[in-house]
Amino acid sequence: MPDARPAAVALEGIAKKFGAVVALRDVSLAVAEGEFVCFLGPSGCGKTTLLRIVAGLERQNAGVVRMAGRDVTGLPPGQRNYGIVFQSYALFPNLTVARNVAYGLRARRRGAREIEARVAELLALVRLEAHAHRYPAQLSGGEQQRVALARALAPAPALLLLDEPLSALDARVRLALRHEMKALQRRLGITTIMVTHDQEEALTMADRIVVMNHGVVEQVGTPAQIYSEPSSLFVARFVGHMNLLDAVAEGRPGWARVGPLVLRHRGTPATAPGATVTLGIRPEEIGVGPAAREAENRVSARVTSAQFQGAFTRLLLQPVGAAGPPLECDVAAGALGELDLEEGAELPVTLRADALRVLASRPAAS
Amino acid sequence: MAIGRTTGGAAIPDRVVGRRLDAERALAQAGLAVFAVFLYVFLVWPMAQVLWRSLLDNDGRVIGLANYVRYFRTPAIAASITNSLLVSAVAMILTVALAFVYAYALTRTRMPGRTVFRLVAVLPIFAPSLVSAIAFVYAFGNNGIVTRYTGVNVGIYGARGIVLAEVFYCFPHAMLILVAALSAADARLYDAAAALGASRVKTFLTVTLPGVKYGLMSACFVVFTLVITDFGVPKVVGGKFSVMATEIYNQVIGQQNFTMGATVSVVLLIPAVLACAIDRLVQRRQYALVSSAARPLQPGRGRLAGALLFGYCGLIGAGIVGIYLVIVASSVVTRWPYNLTLTLKHYRFDSAGGYTALLNSLGVATLTAVVGTVVTFVGAYLVEKYRTRASGPLAMLALLPVSVPGMVLGLAYIFAFNAPGSVLNRLYGTLAILVVSNLVHYFTVPFLTATTTLKQMDAEFENVSASLGVPFYRTFWRVTVPMALPSIVGISMYFFLNAMVTLSAVVFLVAPGTELAAVAVLLLDDAGESAQATAMSVLIIASGLLVRLAYWAVLRGVTRRTQAWTAATQPPGRG
Repeated sequence: MPDARPAAVALEGIAKKFGAVVALRDVSLAVAEGEFVCFLGPSGCGKTTLLRIVAGLERQNAGVVRMAGRDVTGLPPGQRNYGIVFQSYALFPNLTVARNVAYGLRARRRGAREIEARVAELLALVRLEAHAHRYPAQLSGGEQQRVALARALAPAPALLLLDEPLSALDARVRLALRHEMKALQRRLGITTIMVTHDQEEALTMADRIVVMNHGVVEQVGTPAQIYSEPSSLFVARFVGHMNLLDAVAEGRPGWARVGPLVLRHRGTPATAPGATVTLGIRPEEIGVGPAAREAENRVSARVTSAQFQGAFTRLLLQPVGAAGPPLECDVAAGALGELDLEEGAELPVTLRADALRVLASRPAAS
Repeated sequence: MAIGRTTGGAAIPDRVVGRRLDAERALAQAGLAVFAVFLYVFLVWPMAQVLWRSLLDNDGRVIGLANYVRYFRTPAIAASITNSLLVSAVAMILTVALAFVYAYALTRTRMPGRTVFRLVAVLPIFAPSLVSAIAFVYAFGNNGIVTRYTGVNVGIYGARGIVLAEVFYCFPHAMLILVAALSAADARLYDAAAALGASRVKTFLTVTLPGVKYGLMSACFVVFTLVITDFGVPKVVGGKFSVMATEIYNQVIGQQNFTMGATVSVVLLIPAVLACAIDRLVQRRQYALVSSAARPLQPGRGRLAGALLFGYCGLIGAGIVGIYLVIVASSVVTRWPYNLTLTLKHYRFDSAGGYTALLNSLGVATLTAVVGTVVTFVGAYLVEKYRTRASGPLAMLALLPVSVPGMVLGLAYIFAFNAPGSVLNRLYGTLAILVVSNLVHYFTVPFLTATTTLKQMDAEFENVSASLGVPFYRTFWRVTVPMALPSIVGISMYFFLNAMVTLSAVVFLVAPGTELAAVAVLLLDDAGESAQATAMSVLIIASGLLVRLAYWAVLRGVTRRTQAWTAATQPPGRG
């Protein structure tokens, strides 16, 4: 992105070791101003370490951290101009909500009036005006996390860092807070980096997702890109559900053999004839019933189980004559009635060629 | 492909990128450096002096292990080793056995008066160890009150008297450990045993005892260490029965044989260090024994057992109160036990220079409490929060003092600070050196308390304030200290009480003008002024109890003030 303005956060060749264990290897990344970026990955992938390096709470073995063009590698946390929210909230339990929010303002030698006004403004922003004089222990988990957010935003930092901010909350509060935080971020337009292991959280909140594994970046892209064009087997497995089929490339470009079946796929990346490849298709992309009758890549499959999931029903389909695990297929509740469905029945199924991805176990571009 | 990721780590440099040294980090590192220098100057260096001196003769020539050879070959001195081990082992077994039954009655029955029994059992902590020995002499000595009225002379002078007085002195220490261990029971195990039809005896052997085995072991090691390092009791009732702690004193004060004093010290260090090291290992396991899912045990009702245990506790409690009564009584009568007319003349302390010693003691104890609390808490904070390469070694070093017998520390300070030409020489003979020696002598327990308290706090507090640009010392003052206040109050009380009653290290360090109350008790008793000695003891005990009471009130105030933010209860009617 050849933008005239420098990136809000730029990481260049970041590497980190803990003793002999490599936590991060040559990570480079740019976060644009106002962007909401998620570091997504399983535990131990290095995402939290990377965030702490941005924050200056951890020091990297190699690489440069820039903020708005300024090299901050050698600066302590206090001089990097960001706010941070931790999973544990880390609210000061002996200070009231208002004093917690004012904590960073006092250090900046603002006047008492100014501090008071700013605290009121922030508490209004997170809708906790009524709780200003309570202690953290008297608030619910979700309220505490909103106080932590207000405290981080109070000095008006250029960057907001969120370290698994929703993981300690129960499911319903988490969902509500997800939308609230995203809306707040939009409204303030503050550059934000969030670390999470929850792919759903990343997909719903982020402008861009950085998928990490074993200390390297697997893929960077918008949620839609990550979901529909996973660049590696790891990303395909980690984000959403994906049926994976072991296949052998045919001589004809764009075709592959899965057991007795010969299927057409997306065609890219190109595969050498005879090479073993993995094909991937999402459960909701598999067509069943009348619509599948005339389509290409048509397969006959037996329904081995149907799990009711509310908005959709997940079918396990065993292609007739093929070995291997059954295919997962999601059918929307509305479409279910058209199918004459019972376990053990045989159904026509189509694996649309434009949905059948060819997956490499490593990013193709390395 | 996965292999490709694990190799090639050599390309990443081992050192982390440099950071500009800001004022804040510099301050923290300077603090750590001061802490390290403190431990070096007042612990490592003096202790090294003891080790070194044991290899020299009295003219300063290196003679290798000759002192040790002489120690082991001279029957009169060598006997102190076996004597020490013997009385320590016997006192340990008796104390732990007695304290176990007492603690069991307090925690596992609903007998009446448990609070009173608990308070009574803690009383001996407020007196220097030698006071219990003096009281036992008053009761069971050749002219003791029991001896006179019953005509039975138990032969208090020697091993028997040492064991008796040490059991009295160590009882509260063992009881407190065992009460803690017995309180941490999991009721589910008892339910399971009952459901399986196990008898009471079988339940006791298969559930109760295994549950407290680490507590029992810990109590054993603590008592053993207390006895083998104690100086006051054997000094008063030991007579010709020599133990290592008194042997050091005899060699140094009696014969001016400093190198032999150093040699005995080094040998005394071995069992003390061993006992402490094993105790540390045992304690670490104790914590893992009770899971967070455990349900607290509600004591049962067993009537006969309750009555028997009540009788037992009554007997022990009466014994402790009785000993205390003897102390008080002997200090207010003209001449115990011949002339029992009441008098306060012993409280004039005309043989001990009046109240100087007591006032010195109060001053030293107060300073020890204040300085000690600051040094241990700030030291623990810096070691815990500012992880550097020095943190590990410093934390290890902080564990050392608990295993250094007071006599050895005192002798080490003579070597280190009474050497001509040393810059620190002018410390010698001041109240300051008494404060420092108390601080180092009782360093480990407060340091561990502070470390545990700090570990329980969210590690992100410091990170949050760093991100907000708030210096660490402000967060330390505004958040860490208020949150740790109960434990800070506890630490300062620990320092104060121990500084009031300690004898072993300071006995080598007092000088004209810096006499201490506990040392005055020893000297008065030595000089045959036993009544004045007990009068001084009464004042030591009284001031300890008063301070304890004041602390209790302070702690209640602190708890009330912090209740708002420690209570996890949520206000009703919240959406």
